[in-house]
Amino acid sequence: MRIPIETFRLENGLFVTLSEDHTAPIVAVNLWYHVGSANERPGRTGFAHLFEHMLFQGSEHVEANEHFELVQRAGGTLNGSTWLDRTNYFETVPSNQLAIALWLEADRMGALLPAMTQQKLDTQRDVVSNERRWSVDNQPYGTWWEKLPALTYPDPHPFHHSLIGSFGDLNAASLEDIAHFFATYYTPDNAVLSIAGDFDPHEARELAQSYFGSIPRGKGKPPLPDMSLPETFGGTLREVVKDDVSLPRLYLGFRVPPFGSRDYYAASIAGAILGMRKGSRLQRTLVREREVATDATAFTFDLPKGADILVVDVTARPGITPERLEAEVVREVDRLRTEGVTQSELDRAVALIGTDFVVSMQSAGERADQLSRFATYFGDPSLINDQMSRYGAVTVEDVDRFAATRLGEDNRAFLMYVPRDDEEENTGASADAVDGAVPVTV
Amino acid sequence: MTANPRPQPGPAREYRFPAFERRTLTNGLTLLIAPTHSLPVVTVLAIVDAGAVAEPPGQEGVAQLTARALNEGTPKYDGEALTDYLEQLGTSIGGGADWDSASLAMTVLHDNLDNAFAHFAEVLITPTFPEAAIERLKGERVAELMQIESEPRELADEKFDEYIYETASRFRLPLGGSKQSVERLTRSEVVAFHAARFRPAATTLIIVGDVDSSVAVSMVEGVLGAWSGDSAPRASASDRPVRTSRAVRIVRKEGAPQSEVRIGHVGVPRTHPDYFSITVMNAVMGGLFSSRINLNLREVHGYTYGASSAFDWRREAGPFVVGTAVASDVTVPAIEETLKEIDRMRSEPISESELSLATSYLEGVFPIRYETTAAIAAALATLTVYGLPVDWYDTYRARMGAVSVADVLAAARAHVHPESMQIVIVGDAGAIREPLEALAFGPVDFVSP
Repeated sequence: MRIPIETFRLENGLFVTLSEDHTAPIVAVNLWYHVGSANERPGRTGFAHLFEHMLFQGSEHVEANEHFELVQRAGGTLNGSTWLDRTNYFETVPSNQLAIALWLEADRMGALLPAMTQQKLDTQRDVVSNERRWSVDNQPYGTWWEKLPALTYPDPHPFHHSLIGSFGDLNAASLEDIAHFFATYYTPDNAVLSIAGDFDPHEARELAQSYFGSIPRGKGKPPLPDMSLPETFGGTLREVVKDDVSLPRLYLGFRVPPFGSRDYYAASIAGAILGMRKGSRLQRTLVREREVATDATAFTFDLPKGADILVVDVTARPGITPERLEAEVVREVDRLRTEGVTQSELDRAVALIGTDFVVSMQSAGERADQLSRFATYFGDPSLINDQMSRYGAVTVEDVDRFAATRLGEDNRAFLMYVPRDDEEENTGASADAVDGAVPVTV
Repeated sequence: MTANPRPQPGPAREYRFPAFERRTLTNGLTLLIAPTHSLPVVTVLAIVDAGAVAEPPGQEGVAQLTARALNEGTPKYDGEALTDYLEQLGTSIGGGADWDSASLAMTVLHDNLDNAFAHFAEVLITPTFPEAAIERLKGERVAELMQIESEPRELADEKFDEYIYETASRFRLPLGGSKQSVERLTRSEVVAFHAARFRPAATTLIIVGDVDSSVAVSMVEGVLGAWSGDSAPRASASDRPVRTSRAVRIVRKEGAPQSEVRIGHVGVPRTHPDYFSITVMNAVMGGLFSSRINLNLREVHGYTYGASSAFDWRREAGPFVVGTAVASDVTVPAIEETLKEIDRMRSEPISESELSLATSYLEGVFPIRYETTAAIAAALATLTVYGLPVDWYDTYRARMGAVSVADVLAAARAHVHPESMQIVIVGDAGAIREPLEALAFGPVDFVSP
């Protein structure tokens, strides 16, 4: 399976990737801006994400919330997302609606500021504060998203601070910040536009040129500080969080080679051997055999600069203490590090990753997003077609070497969630009669 | 900056839901095959009339436990060997239960289909249900329930269902059963449930993807042709509400920064003739980002990250519910705005622009929904579970587009009932109690998770 790819660059620096597929009359448009929370300045945590919300508040020729309405009226789906090092905006529409999707993206890239008002900013600050409450503060284990990067990337590394931001910093954001951030980062030469699905490449080129071509190139963005880090943490890092949770959960992080590097693929496979699906080591031993965990997974953040992190995420079964959970996970990590892996385990991981990859490529939106990813990170969208051969090239020796050098005690970060009050937790677990309600009539 | 005028769409390219073939084997098994050849993947999905509504009384949770335990072993392979064999082929087989059906699913690369399917069939019809696996899965379900107690979103959904249905209704308890009901379940009940419900005439096997029809038919006949047995009668659940007057329940979560709010009542069965007008009505009210409730609560007031309404479709009437999460101090204003929007759906016609937004979205997004083999298989499962006609998806867009402003008003008046609205809030009782009592919406009671 190969994804067809054409690329070109407009004079203003906008990099465009096209990938035709006429299976269904739909087309995906996807824009990556090479800016994320890593680019925020001190005192403005959460700004990149707040800014993403502002991009749906209209632009010179589009009313507030009209972006959503126009895409949905066209029969399309849409959203945006913010990550540590990039922000993306995407829509999938019926193929006869390609022009409106591109026009909307161009209008907000070229002319966002005339539509910005203090009132819109205030409302979106409230919306984002509620998003923070919903996804972080009022969600069991919800703070892991900011605590694990804070633990594993030392201050002031750009990945150290919170992506969604603190209430204080969000409140401090001003319209001037919006204007400055927009002028610095939302420029054609800091973006990749991908179009995947049912379109005519000649027409797509013309639309890209006529809608985006007149947007001026940016004046350059401030360089990120040095992102490089030593290969390991240089010790065991540890944080215990008492939270409103019912069961202990361990997030165990390891510093690993950056996404896309040769050794990244060995790290990714080691993660799959540890925690991908029922046949993985953690699921087999901790969930099924020893029954100390209810679930176990492993995944990477896929960060291409400085260092990536591999995360092992294991939840205790009722009655299993945090100490026991940690000891059981460590035992499996040690076993991987000292005994290595088998060819059969490697084959299993590559087979599962391979199927997942083909399955994901059924979606035009997913193809467009991956093309944008490889173009943004490495300047080469065709790397999408090399992913499976890169996984296939990994040997048992590669995984063993990775495990031996990166999974030791000098490279472990334990972020352990424990129920806030163990005594109360124990009584709560055994109490069934919860309907001790006294009705109050008003 | 762009001098270009806002573009108009060109002519739409024609789209048809993927063609599928329907066959019935001599043992009564129904086979639906939809060949799609764009990528070398195949999804296999078995839909069995073995959902939670078919559970014997007192065995709530046995449907989900049975479905989850299917892949724990066959006469030829124990659970671990089975997992390893399938994962070496790059796939896995997962079982699950819904209210109206149980399912077994796998997505596999074309080249591995034959080998994987032989195991799929054994998992479906000859699972061994080892005692140790049943006990472990029961423990995992109990742990899941403990997690829900501290997870406000799921807790609110669960408490809402429990609050609105009559005591005898199966819908009152969670789909997977309660702690009490699950702990009581035994292996022999699982074995009996499987034996009674997993029968060829109660099963539809759906195959979608890179495979030819004739090849798929002979593959299935070869492996499942000899499966036999008569089916148990179709079961149903009571969908009667426990009360018809307005009432409020607060589920205490002291110190919670947000209230998870659910507002609604018992809804409508999936096969109701008003399905299309209800769907359009709901899209305008709270189904879309640009819906009235979301724009009001999120974009006008900034009360929430999101608010939406939905009819939970089941064979019998599932809940109709508006859901949102708002900061504790604006809980009551957010409820008032929601009730206002609900009333407005019934008191006056929606605008032509609102109607066309909803219908053009629902018509336009139709092909986007069926990009993957798994999504097409799920759509065919819907036909099976609700007994919809084979041309359902061919006529879907025309029927959606035919819904009028008058139809939407009629649907709102017939199916949304402000006078019997139920409210469940998971939140900080101390912070919301007083303003809620001042609202004088209905009697309020308080419970713990």
